[in-house]
Amino acid sequence: MPETNDIQGIIRKVAEIIIGELKLEDVTVDTFSPEMDLVDELGIDSMDLATIALVLQDEYKIVIDEDDYPKLKSIRMIAEYISEKLTAKG
Amino acid sequence: MITISSLLDKEWHERYKRIANLNIRSSIYDVTNRCNLRCKGCFFFSSGEHEAAREEMDIKKWENFIDSEKARGVNLAILIGGEPTLCMDRVEAFYKRLPTYCASNGLIKVDRAKFPDMMVGISLWGDGEDEKILRGRDTFAISSANYAGDPYTYYLYTITPKQLGKIETIIRKIADVGLKVHLQLLSNDEGVDGFSWKEGELADLRHEMDEALDKYPQTVISSKYYHEVITSGQMLGRTFGWPECPSVTEALDTRSPRPRRLIHFARWASDLKTVHRCCTSATRDCSTCKDGAAHMSWIMVNKQSHIKTTGDLQNWIEIYEMFAKLYRLIPW
Repeated sequence: MPETNDIQGIIRKVAEIIIGELKLEDVTVDTFSPEMDLVDELGIDSMDLATIALVLQDEYKIVIDEDDYPKLKSIRMIAEYISEKLTAKG
Repeated sequence: MITISSLLDKEWHERYKRIANLNIRSSIYDVTNRCNLRCKGCFFFSSGEHEAAREEMDIKKWENFIDSEKARGVNLAILIGGEPTLCMDRVEAFYKRLPTYCASNGLIKVDRAKFPDMMVGISLWGDGEDEKILRGRDTFAISSANYAGDPYTYYLYTITPKQLGKIETIIRKIADVGLKVHLQLLSNDEGVDGFSWKEGELADLRHEMDEALDKYPQTVISSKYYHEVITSGQMLGRTFGWPECPSVTEALDTRSPRPRRLIHFARWASDLKTVHRCCTSATRDCSTCKDGAAHMSWIMVNKQSHIKTTGDLQNWIEIYEMFAKLYRLIPW
């Protein structure tokens, strides 16, 4: 499990995973806007999301339903989604 | 940071947004093992795929199978065969459940009262002379009479080396019957004499395809980037082939590293149990495969590689739009 599960901690972890998985070279965890639209601005597609979801599932021991992908439009939305899942898990 | 809006002006960004969320999940289905033609170079027969599985005859089982495909996430059914229109009950089972595209030789007319907006792609292998050599008859006279002016039909014109210098004549014939056309290339799986591509011919063909698109933009559904990739087998310095192909059935995809690929893609045989290796013949040499859909998909799944320059991203958008138009996911 990651060290910090507050929203800010999850946001940083999600940013780190996206940067790593998509091999983004011109952005860092600090400069990656949590509000950026991942599809309309970063060009993430459903295959990218599936890859990122797999890593996040492993990281947070949660299940991310494929039907929920349309909700995961920004790093903040992903972080809030994970936070809700963790809360529900107790 | 390179973003979509940093590369595109407003108009192109709107075009991008129109397709970015389509989330296409297609699979291919052999509707039947039978056909009313036997074309030389048809991979289905040349590779023995028509004998790979015993056709399921129970329509209930087809309906249940299609429901399970829908539950698996498939949102576009691509029907091939054999000739799907020989089994209209199966075609109807798909059409009632999923957005459906039916590949056909056009000899049997789909009843538009029953299938008002089903996309039909009619195969055409050249002019009358080539059609007679490769398919035993000139199908255009029949298929064009069956479908003239149909807004949900277009020709899939498979260009052969014999067609070099003549493709405009075919395109004009298609335009004259009020239909559109998508261009693809013969892979010549059966090695029919004179129908294999020779050095230099593909470069000439690319030029001719570009000219056709410029001259008949309302008829030809295509893009110049597609012409470049399909004729060269190259995309952004990478070479098409088995390690790169996106259209491999997911359950049979043991490649490592696994390339970017179509999610959940499968090509099902007509027993509804057997899957084929890929969207075309398993006996085909992937390094010489000219399959148009595979090349289009190759570009489409490699979006991130195209988010580098404005030109690359615009090329990617045009390919995606072309694909979406071919299945009428966006208007022509």
